[in-house]
Amino acid sequence: MTVGVIMLVHEAFDRAGQVARHWATNGCPVVIHVDKRVKRATYSRFMSDLSDLDNVKFCGRHRCEWGTWSLVAASQTASEVMLRSFDDVRHVFLASGSCLPLRPVEDLIDYLAERPMTNFIESVTTEDVPWTVGGLDAERFTLRFPFSWKRQRWLFDRYVSIQRRIRFKRKIPDGIVPHLGSQWWCLTRQTLSAILEDPERQTYDRYFKRVWIPDESYYQTLVRLYSTNIESRSLTLSKFDFQGKPHIFYDDHLQLLRRSDCFVARKIWPHANKLYDGFLSDAAKLMSGAEPNPGKIDRIFSKAVERRTKGRPGLLMQSRFPNEGWENGTTCAQYSVFEGFSELFEDFDLWLNRMVGARVHGHLFAPDQVQFASNQTVFSGALTDSAAVRDYNPRAFLTSLIWNTRGERQCFQFGPRDNQALNWFIAKDPNAQISVISGAWAVPLFNSNRNFSDIRREAARLQKIEAEHIDVLRSFYSKARVRIWTMADFVDNPMEPLQTIIDEIGVRSPHRLAEAPKMVNLEGFGQFLQNLKNQGMQPHLMGDFPAGADPVNNPRKARKPYLVK
Amino acid sequence: MVDRTEAIKPSDILVFSTLRNERIRLPFFLKYYRDKGVNHFLIVDNDSDDGSRQYLLDQPDVSLWTTEASYKRARFGVDWLNWLQRKYAHGHWCLVVDPDEFLVYPFCDTRPLRALTDWLDASSIKSFGAMLLDMYPKGPLDAQPYREGQDPFEIACWFDSGNYTIEKNRKFGNLWIQGGPRTRAFFHDNPGRAPALNKIPLVKWDRNYTFVSSTHMVLPRGLNLVYDEWGGEKASGCLLHAKFLDTFTAKATEELERKQHYAGSHEYRAYHQHLKDDPDLWCKWSEKYINWRQLEILGLMSKGNWA
Repeated sequence: MTVGVIMLVHEAFDRAGQVARHWATNGCPVVIHVDKRVKRATYSRFMSDLSDLDNVKFCGRHRCEWGTWSLVAASQTASEVMLRSFDDVRHVFLASGSCLPLRPVEDLIDYLAERPMTNFIESVTTEDVPWTVGGLDAERFTLRFPFSWKRQRWLFDRYVSIQRRIRFKRKIPDGIVPHLGSQWWCLTRQTLSAILEDPERQTYDRYFKRVWIPDESYYQTLVRLYSTNIESRSLTLSKFDFQGKPHIFYDDHLQLLRRSDCFVARKIWPHANKLYDGFLSDAAKLMSGAEPNPGKIDRIFSKAVERRTKGRPGLLMQSRFPNEGWENGTTCAQYSVFEGFSELFEDFDLWLNRMVGARVHGHLFAPDQVQFASNQTVFSGALTDSAAVRDYNPRAFLTSLIWNTRGERQCFQFGPRDNQALNWFIAKDPNAQISVISGAWAVPLFNSNRNFSDIRREAARLQKIEAEHIDVLRSFYSKARVRIWTMADFVDNPMEPLQTIIDEIGVRSPHRLAEAPKMVNLEGFGQFLQNLKNQGMQPHLMGDFPAGADPVNNPRKARKPYLVK
Repeated sequence: MVDRTEAIKPSDILVFSTLRNERIRLPFFLKYYRDKGVNHFLIVDNDSDDGSRQYLLDQPDVSLWTTEASYKRARFGVDWLNWLQRKYAHGHWCLVVDPDEFLVYPFCDTRPLRALTDWLDASSIKSFGAMLLDMYPKGPLDAQPYREGQDPFEIACWFDSGNYTIEKNRKFGNLWIQGGPRTRAFFHDNPGRAPALNKIPLVKWDRNYTFVSSTHMVLPRGLNLVYDEWGGEKASGCLLHAKFLDTFTAKATEELERKQHYAGSHEYRAYHQHLKDDPDLWCKWSEKYINWRQLEILGLMSKGNWA
């Protein structure tokens, strides 16, 4: 007993001939169907190339078009020839010209001999198929499809939608339940002949002639009538991408295919010399007896589809530039924005770096220059500190920075003196952690040696900018993790908010903060604010600093960090 | 001129190129693309006087046209190539590159160019994007002289990995990409004037297609859609740009005198200015080139759904 192979061929005849010869010389009779659209000269050359093999036969030709009945008709004709001509065939294996056997033919023969009554055909009810492209699954069986999907797409789509609108439904013949599955099957003589010799075959054929892509449903449905011994899987490894076209195998897949232990793979690139030489040579005859295990290949191809449909979050590049709302993450990793901290604490960046081990930048959006960590003039990814380059496309600057430093958390200072172009972008980004001490921008003014009228004007300007920024952060659209304290509240009790922020960053040590950052000297700050008020300005973002009652937790000479244990 | 276009077979992959005085680069350029599976080169020589012409005439797979006309008047060579492509490229996959541009695409170390074009055909994709990636040496440009036939990326093996900016061009539907070492070193005061790096060099040509400005944009507009707008990644490559070798200084001076380049050659003026003061493009964060997989991991190119 042996396996008969039906091959449907329409191109790459050299390769098809090579594979047919491989099957035939290893004891498997082959019946070949060649698409009628193939020129006669090519066909006869192909035939004469194989004429030395008496177990290779050619059957009547049909004009084949993807998605139509012609492919089923071709396999029927070839099956009839196979069953009629080769009595010792017990299983019939349907393959295409671009299929390649990966295991020794005897391996397949033995495998099937051990399962003499089993039909290997993927056969799933329409409710359960996840793979159909274009949304046509159950409707394949109930609508009419007189137009070609490839050549008359507009008419095809229009006709489908008209039928949907008038709720047209074809009647499915009695006794059959539509099933779908891979078109590459391996059936027993008993089952296949039962399908082909059924007295009702005309009825079924007439019905399936008008079903959409019947080669994925004809045998898959009818097999349920004649056999209960069905393994619903294909022996052919064949993966489809998101457009429903098969993935192609190349030379660099050699090891992957070897280890898959699958019997047959499709589709193979015709110029993949290493694959054809490797798998069709005698040296490849290592019998493994293992069950097919396409898991690894599955993963590679499903990753490829995911990359094509979802992409890498937070990456903007030449072939991924999503429309607004389709970014699947506008940045690729979490980062922290600190507003007012470097104004209120001395060397806040150094302290933060010690506490969380992240990369702590200064004001990245400072007006004159990008303040990268450690005063570098160039940073990761070769980003420059030129403010002009940054301001040319601030969004690209930030997304690149976060992308370039994957694996290392970025923190930076921000304030009303900086470029505000990204306020909305950052506020809407769930990856952003934004901590604001409102009004702390006044501290440098307080310590500055400028004329008070200038200070007053500048304070009014900065307050307006920060107030608008806080409105953005508090808006309904904000998706960042935002925390806002007034300066007065923060000065009153700095350790608790600092602990919260640092816990959220996910620190190296889970312990309580051992060391607080050094706060600047605020003696006279209350009076400073009072002076602003006296000049007719209303500094409201700082919270309540009564004149004369300066913060007690920052006595003048207490420059030592205080400990909390 | 020599016209060997009769030898072109229907399925051949063609390279189109214009050049001027690139003799020293030609052997490696031709070898690189022959090895990738290019079948025929169609080249316009703009009045070379360094022997480029004679060298190309001797190559069996090169068809050569010579012109003394103005590069600038021919819209920087686009008109010449559009004319040649209209005549010879219809129905072919054709690659339009300068002699200092080397295409890197997914799996280019294991699969020939035809594997890519067959896959593009099967996926009904007609154009393939590959942004220009400026490569540079460490140290002064003229420290390591380029030898004929040498792989230029033995010298210029560094690049900027993540300082690019992208904007969409609403009129033509293409992306406009800038950045890299040229923005960083030459245009940091005026980044808007930095040269465009977006390129669509590989197109299944039809006689009704036309390149608008170099290979930055092509018409009809649909061909410019080499990027995905719904979050996914399309397959793309990079054109490694071996511009910054010791040959560059002489070239920049010559081009400044000829004034045949885009926007009054301001680009060459900027190079000239900066390279005098500080001739090193390398910085601490420069990335050393390894292979296409590295470029894909860095997010400069993508396999898309090709696996």
